[in-house]
Amino acid sequence: MDRVPILKIGPVLLVSIQVDMQDQVALQLQEDLGERIVATGAKGVIIDITGLDIVDSFVGRTLSTIASISRVLDAETIVVGMRPAVAITLVELGLSLNGIRTALNVERGMELLSRSTEPDSPDEFDLDLDDLSETTSP
Amino acid sequence: MTTVVGAAQLQAIVSDEDVVRVRQLVRTAAVTAKLSLVDQTKVVTAASELARNTLVYGGGGQAEVSTVDNGARRGVRVVFSDDGPGIADVELALTDGYTSGGGLGLGLSGARRLVEEFELNTEVGTGTTIAITKWAR
Ligand SMILES: Nc1ncnc2c1ncn2[C@@H]1O[C@H](COP(=O)(O)OP(=O)(O)O)[C@@H](O)[C@H]1O
Ligand SMILES: [Mg+2]
Repeated sequence: MDRVPILKIGPVLLVSIQVDMQDQVALQLQEDLGERIVATGAKGVIIDITGLDIVDSFVGRTLSTIASISRVLDAETIVVGMRPAVAITLVELGLSLNGIRTALNVERGMELLSRSTEPDSPDEFDLDLDDLSETTSP
Repeated sequence: MTTVVGAAQLQAIVSDEDVVRVRQLVRTAAVTAKLSLVDQTKVVTAASELARNTLVYGGGGQAEVSTVDNGARRGVRVVFSDDGPGIADVELALTDGYTSGGGLGLGLSGARRLVEEFELNTEVGTGTTIAITKWAR
């Protein structure tokens, strides 16, 4: 059985679903992600579904479950890269991706996560870095 | 009159992998029938739901996938059949959110919305057959 790889990029786990997933593969991903969140202390999970040409109720439910598990483990999930035809079909199927945040692409997803996981705004974060370099420079 | 174009493809549904194969066969037929990308996506999604039901609730079965022509338009037709327990209350089963398992209860009702033709025949103790057709616009 194939496994969906999970990459760690800073405080974020990135999952890129490239294959037409079997149901068992989706369930395995659900488990693997939970373990990786705990092991890495990741604050965010980005699931890139650019490679999925359909999302049916099974995959939809898996995405919702992943989001719930992540939330309990103090990480936020963002689904990115949904194709327009998939979005249209999802709505007609009647699937509401409850509790799932979405973004257009990985970059936007990263932006969203950095905004919501940093207690300070990015500008203040830059300021802190400047302060730090001032205090450490002779 | 609706005629079948080329040969119908028969796919057994006895595992997760077979559900994936049904999706792929339906995609190919939908491309052959020149369905739009959105309509391809809709019929493949409907087929995925029904193939999974055939596996999970019907105890396995088969799908017959064909490209059809009614003189004016082409389309995709998929017939799912199983020798499972059948559906005692069809209206209930077709209600959004109803599931006797642990699903979301959107497979049957959602699949019906995604296609133009949806015929369900079922008999308790004998099995279930569901035929769907999606036409190119
Ligand atoms: N092929 C089938 N054989 C027997 N029962 C079925 C079959 N397909 C669907 N059902 C019944 O209809 C219900 C609704 O199906 P569906 O809308 O796909 O929801 P779900 O798969 O989430 O349960 C199922 O829970 C099951 O009880
Ligand atoms: Mg179902």
